[in-house]
Amino acid sequence: MEGKRVLAQFKSEEGALAGPPFDLPVDTNRDSLHILCNSLLENEEDMPYEFYVHDVEVEGTVSDTLDKLGGKVTSERLLEIVYRPQALFRVRAVSRCTSSMPGHTEAVISVQFSPNGRHLASGSGDTTVRFWDVTTETPLYTCSAHKHWILFISWSPDGMKLASGCKKGQVCVWDPDNGKQIGRTMTGHRQWITCLSWQPLHSDPSCRHLASASKDSTIRLWDVVLGNTLLILSGHSQCVTGIKWGGEGLLYSSSQDRTIKVWRADGVLCRSLEGHGHWVNTMCLNTDYVLRTGAFEPSQSLTATISSYTKEEIGRLAQERYLKVKGDQPERLVSGSDDFTLFLWQPSVSKKHLARMTGHQQLINDVKFSPDSRFIASASFDKSVKLWDGKTGKFLASLRGHVGPVYQISWSADSRLICSGSSDSTLKVWNVKTKKLLMDLPGHSDEVFSVDWSPDGERVASGGRDRVLKIWRR
Amino acid sequence: MPQNEHIELARKRHGYRLDHHERKRKKQGREPHAHSKYVKRLHGLKAKLYNKKRFAEKVAMKRKIKLHEKRETKNKKEEDTPKGAVPAYLLDREGQSRAKVLSNTIKQKRKEKAGKWTVPLPKVKAVGEDEVFKVLRTGKRKKKAWKRMITKVTYVGEGFTRKPPKYERFIRPMALRFKKAHVTHPELKATFSLPIIGVKKNPQTALYTQLGVITKGTIIEVNVSDLGLVTQSGKVIWGKYAQVTNNPENDGCINAVLLV
Repeated sequence: MEGKRVLAQFKSEEGALAGPPFDLPVDTNRDSLHILCNSLLENEEDMPYEFYVHDVEVEGTVSDTLDKLGGKVTSERLLEIVYRPQALFRVRAVSRCTSSMPGHTEAVISVQFSPNGRHLASGSGDTTVRFWDVTTETPLYTCSAHKHWILFISWSPDGMKLASGCKKGQVCVWDPDNGKQIGRTMTGHRQWITCLSWQPLHSDPSCRHLASASKDSTIRLWDVVLGNTLLILSGHSQCVTGIKWGGEGLLYSSSQDRTIKVWRADGVLCRSLEGHGHWVNTMCLNTDYVLRTGAFEPSQSLTATISSYTKEEIGRLAQERYLKVKGDQPERLVSGSDDFTLFLWQPSVSKKHLARMTGHQQLINDVKFSPDSRFIASASFDKSVKLWDGKTGKFLASLRGHVGPVYQISWSADSRLICSGSSDSTLKVWNVKTKKLLMDLPGHSDEVFSVDWSPDGERVASGGRDRVLKIWRR
Repeated sequence: MPQNEHIELARKRHGYRLDHHERKRKKQGREPHAHSKYVKRLHGLKAKLYNKKRFAEKVAMKRKIKLHEKRETKNKKEEDTPKGAVPAYLLDREGQSRAKVLSNTIKQKRKEKAGKWTVPLPKVKAVGEDEVFKVLRTGKRKKKAWKRMITKVTYVGEGFTRKPPKYERFIRPMALRFKKAHVTHPELKATFSLPIIGVKKNPQTALYTQLGVITKGTIIEVNVSDLGLVTQSGKVIWGKYAQVTNNPENDGCINAVLLV
């Protein structure tokens, strides 16, 4: 192989050519490719990349990869090397429990970090929402207005509000700065709330609108300032299990009646996505992470200055971030169901699915796109987490290790790690690149119901039936 | 007209007439009749006044009844939030059994350190050797008496083969061998039929333990992998101890309580 050369060409994921074709010695290793690519793209800062030849990653030298591909490529043809930019920053895997915070007197059902990772809130079966001080890891405020178990909490993308929904069907909005309720309790749903979703920051910089899905098979859009219902979307015939407010101004709702419905924000039903053979349990947009974090870039500490920005500027920042992640493609949606399959859709374009992903042997409880939307991770009751390609839905790997149903998963902000919480009372951190278990985190004494990796990557919070909230750190 | 409180005084001295309350109840029961008799006779202004008064009385009565009813319904509404909260994604799956982590290792270790095992049946009645072993007479003239048959339930391991008759001192009859036990989980309040792994301890003597004799109070090890219990570090628990709570030889089944 000494002295062999190939004609190579760098190409982005979208297919745009970068620079002219050039002559490349096959013993070029990844680092040299990296330098080459950076200079060809004229990057001012050094960007990390991964290189792929026919979907096989270049790990050692180019010749190794060519060997791996075997007869598929010849040195006669132009060799296309696809580069994938990686996150500039690196999240380090959490490895220890820094504190277990008691306080809740019933199971902790949902835990969520604020979009900037500076606040932490948890909702519990003891009908209270609690705010926790992340830096000192101590309780901050206890909020009680609900009358029944709190099933879902959701931070507004600007980080100034927290919405909580309870089993009585009431929705409350809280102020994280003083723990007081904002506005009045919003009642209307006749059965419990299953999911809440705020309008994306770039279309609503003041975070005024909220969508809630309920067991009573309706979706309500709320104005949180006035505390009244703007619209009731009723089209589902059974429990609505999830609601997502997409960045394109559409609402997506999944239901136990086996359909996913796409709504315009003015209440018009656009299309109904059919394909699942059983309840649709969960769904995720490829832009979910960026919509959740709003204007906050995880790599830089915008948090200090965000208060000085006006609403419009924040909205613009969020829009920029959103468009960067979305690219020029329409939003993709992945849905997981009780029929053990996942579907990949482009709901704003067509009602036909892009891919049907089979492989799980039990129902799928949670599915998440990676923040860079390249991967999909799905958690299932068959005790495994599976990784799929975010664009095509191709199966990549199965992450096995849990001995109980996996309830929830959470991606780290750099898309390199996944944390999963299971009914076997452990959390596990998985490495996406090697597709192996990186860290086993025992500590809970009962099922783990909720896991969240903070957007700044520093901490993981988890809560479960053993009533304590645990914080895990490096 | 009585000049003094004769009646009160008499009651103080001698108590009520024995039939006083009965008479009172009867009188009250007859009251509507008296009323109607009185009303029938009435006419004119007196009737008008009487009817008005009676109407007011009835309204007050009805109001009072309604108030009582309301109080009762209100009590019903003010119920506490139920225990055992689960997330929304598990709410529609209530029927499915959820594994519970019950082995709190720390607690168990502390117990071991104290050298004490608290078991559901701390004391058992002694079972004598004559009760457990039946003497079999062997030899041509049936004059040898070294062979014993166990008259209690036994557990023999997988792939057990009997010894040749010459060396077999203890016979464990096939009919009294058990492979499964009905094990109750004290916290889940559920019973499972689980395969027995071994006899851990028979409190009577070490010999019974060795032979695998299962009597009341015996600690057996059962295979709980079907229950889906996990340790704190997230490993599936395979074997767990259980104590036998019945007399298996009388009942034809083994009932046990899981030790947690």
